[in-house]
Amino acid sequence: MVGSATAALTAVSSADAQAPLSEPAPTLMSVSLEVNGASQSLEIDTRTTLLDLLREHLHLTGTKKGCDHGQCGACTVIVDGQRINACLSLAVMNEGAKVTTIEGLGQPGDLHPMQAAFIKHDGYQCGYCTPGQICSAVAVLDEIRAGVPSHVSASLMDRPRVTNEEIRERMSGNICRCGAYSNIAEAMAEVAGGRA
Amino acid sequence: MRPFTYERVSTPAAAAAAALARPGAKFIAGGTNLLDLMKLEIETPPHLIDVGPLGLDTIEEMEDGGLRIGALVTNTDLASHDRVRRDYGVLSRAIVAGASGQLRNRATTAGNLLQRTRCPYFYDTNQACNKRKPGSGCSAIGGVSRQLAVIGVSDSCIATHPSDMAVAMRLLDARIETVTAAGETKVIPIAEFHRLPGDQPHIDTTLPPGDVITAVTLPRPLGGTHVYRKVRDRASYAFALVSVAAVVQSDGTGRVAFGGLAHRPWRVETAEAALPRGATAVADLALAGAQATEENRFKVTLAERTLAAALSDARR
Repeated sequence: MVGSATAALTAVSSADAQAPLSEPAPTLMSVSLEVNGASQSLEIDTRTTLLDLLREHLHLTGTKKGCDHGQCGACTVIVDGQRINACLSLAVMNEGAKVTTIEGLGQPGDLHPMQAAFIKHDGYQCGYCTPGQICSAVAVLDEIRAGVPSHVSASLMDRPRVTNEEIRERMSGNICRCGAYSNIAEAMAEVAGGRA
Repeated sequence: MRPFTYERVSTPAAAAAAALARPGAKFIAGGTNLLDLMKLEIETPPHLIDVGPLGLDTIEEMEDGGLRIGALVTNTDLASHDRVRRDYGVLSRAIVAGASGQLRNRATTAGNLLQRTRCPYFYDTNQACNKRKPGSGCSAIGGVSRQLAVIGVSDSCIATHPSDMAVAMRLLDARIETVTAAGETKVIPIAEFHRLPGDQPHIDTTLPPGDVITAVTLPRPLGGTHVYRKVRDRASYAFALVSVAAVVQSDGTGRVAFGGLAHRPWRVETAEAALPRGATAVADLALAGAQATEENRFKVTLAERTLAAALSDARR
């Protein structure tokens, strides 16, 4: 163990020695934001994404890293009431923001209705995309209530309704390679109906 | 991702001055395109200027009946705005045809116009790409080109502009308001904003480096029926193979712009006069001079048929 640790350190320092001189040193910055109701102030590398801040610094590992390029939706969290890809936002861009992750939506024994509905409708298999799916699902119902149109809305002037077609279109930024889509849509429809 | 320094600015002129002071600096707003490119080290800015604190996130009525859209209005807010849905439906439709809900919540109006191509050779740093690395060549020409441009191409580049929103903006004759480091304001008509690649495909737009987009304005509404029709490889969350934005009046006249075909939204005003004669007449004129590859020749036919479908939608 000691030997391999030493080898690793050696490798790092020799890589550093070969780094081009033009490469600037990492820049540290402080950022303050609210995560699941708790104020957080951290000193971080400017390159830290909101996703890495949540997982690596706050150890809120419910939010998952899938593609890390905004293509899969596994990192979806709710920031100031809107769902975003946490992988495509720098932590420092979220100064003063209110962030809700899957841990903040509900906990065992006190589940959010959407979490309970995913369990009831078997809206997952491996579960890796599920925290992003659930954060997205909660925000999608808010977006429909707020009148945000979608690609499948028949009219731009009528208020959108919670239909299977609307749910499927609006959830297209969340990929599930287990293919739990139909059960996710059923869970969402139940939560929407229960609230209406 | 390469290390970078980061600052927030509070006025557009301060943003432009900050860019002037730091060569290679980039503005960041939503970050949905730039961060992706920084992770891949396609973009390697040593300094980021966060324009988020500028506000610029409101949509205002103009005296002439048009709209002034703040540069930082998100795609979701723009598509959802009452006046946009009612009077500029083609713009709402184009926006919700693009990206995902998560991305539209952060992507901004100015950022959308400035987004870079999704050409796979631009994204693959092992490939030659004149847009990513001027003078390195173009692996897309003779490569896998099914998604790529069929008109307005050059020997240096066959990339397309990926935006749906910009196609509707081009159709509506949007104007782009900017501020220089000296605090001078300028206006660029969208027809002059996006460039063709020529022998300088690394330059996407005519926006001078460092100048800040503050707003996009729309002239007063055109009336008519608004349609945005997009054809892609899956039903949602994919870039266009071909898209058509159209505003058609009751007498059959109107406007047409295409997405997915060129390095910029493709609109040929002289072709629009043929609208009353139908899609084939318009497409023949709008796509005259197309230089498709074997792999993307289908787009020329698809564009005509997508236009026919859009005109059929408009007559409903």
